[in-house]
Formats: sequence, structure tokens, C-alpha cells
Amino acid sequence: MNQHVAAPPLKLVYFAWVRERVGLADEIVSPPPGTATIAELVRWLKTRGEGYELAFENEAIVRAAIDHTHAKPAASIAGAREIAFFPPMTGG
Amino acid sequence: MTPVVRIQREDFDLGAEVAALARGDADIGAVVSFTGLCRDESCRLAALELEHYPGMAEAEIARVAAEAAARWPLSGLLAIHRFGLIRPGEQIVLVIAASSHRREAFEAADFLMDYLKTRAPFWKREHLADGSIGGWVEAKADDDRAAERWS
Repeated sequence: MNQHVAAPPLKLVYFAWVRERVGLADEIVSPPPGTATIAELVRWLKTRGEGYELAFENEAIVRAAIDHTHAKPAASIAGAREIAFFPPMTGG
Repeated sequence: MTPVVRIQREDFDLGAEVAALARGDADIGAVVSFTGLCRDESCRLAALELEHYPGMAEAEIARVAAEAAARWPLSGLLAIHRFGLIRPGEQIVLVIAASSHRREAFEAADFLMDYLKTRAPFWKREHLADGSIGGWVEAKADDDRAAERWS
């Protein structure tokens, strides 16, 4: 049986110019079933409008965190509650 | 030794923080501190606006501080990072490391600053002297290289 279980709603948060380009600070989304990694989530987000396309224009630059921990594009998003996208950090 | 990590809008007092960290511990022989200030970039800037990711900022700096504490024998470790609008001359970040001997304190403070710059979720935006809002500050490859020295 090939039954997809719908993923639970996920909170996304955006910072700095990623937030400005997306046009939102945060949102609740339901990615399509089978969205397994950060990279796949980004691919789906880019289909949602020009703002997202612009924000993730250069995917290698945008960083991600899963539940407050840095995550690579190949990281699994299974069980994630909050995923953040942001530019390289410039604190200190 | 539990590192102290604070993310705050308010300014901080280096002398008071050093005194609090060293109080009651006569085994401390070395205290090293680093204070990062806002520059005006040759009068170009009116302020820097620091955005951060609440929750992750604390968690990530605490992880880096725990790594430093595991790596060097420290008696005290503190990191304070401010957010909000910070004007030229004002303080942005403070790191203090205390140890029995100076080498450990110097290295731990250096390590904590290098990792804080590349891993702590903070972003700077320029507010220009003419009153307009400038762009987001770009990350420097030098900062990545500085952090790589420790791995």
C-alpha cells in the first residue's frame, strides 16, 4: 500500500532580507506529502510566488535552522516544529 | 562552571560583569574580555540595527559556550549580545573568559567570538547618516576562515 500521510502543519520563520523578500515574518504551512528535507521544502516554497523565488534565488546562500539548530539542505524535516530561513549571520 | 549567556536590548557594564564573574573564586588568575563596538564607518552610519532570532540566539551561543567550556579549563565564561538600534561608539557584544592561567582565557574568548560571529543568528542593517535605511551588512569570508582555525 502506498499511502502518504499528510505532514502536520509547520511553522516557518524568516529573518533579515529573506523576511523582506518573502514579505512575511512567519507563517504556518502544509508542505506536500513526501517533502522530506530542507532542500525539498525550499523547492516547494519557490513555487509559491515571486517573493519566495527571489528570497531563494541563490539557494546556496540562504541558511536554515530546524527547531533552533543550524541545518544543512539535506537535513530531514521529519518531526520539525519550526523551520527558519535567513541570510549568513553578521552579528558580533 | 555554567556559561552565562544574555541577549538583551540594554547596554552592559564591562567592570560590573567582570566583578560578578570573578567574585568569590580565588582560583581565577586571568580574566580576558572582548568588547565589540559600533563603528560609524567614516561618518557614513547613524546606527546599526541588529535583528536576531529569539530563542535560537540564546541556544546557539550557549552551545558554542559549552564547546569552549569543554575545550579549556575555565572558571567563568560570559557572552552578552545586544539587539535593536545601536549607535556608533555604543557596545554591541561582550565576551569574558576567566581561568587560572592567561592562555586558556585568551583562547576561549577568541574561540567564542569567532564562532559567535559565524553561528549566532544576528543580522546587521545599516542606518545611514542622511536618515535613510541602508542595506543589510554582508557576511565576510574572513569570519568563516577565522572560525575554521579552531576545527
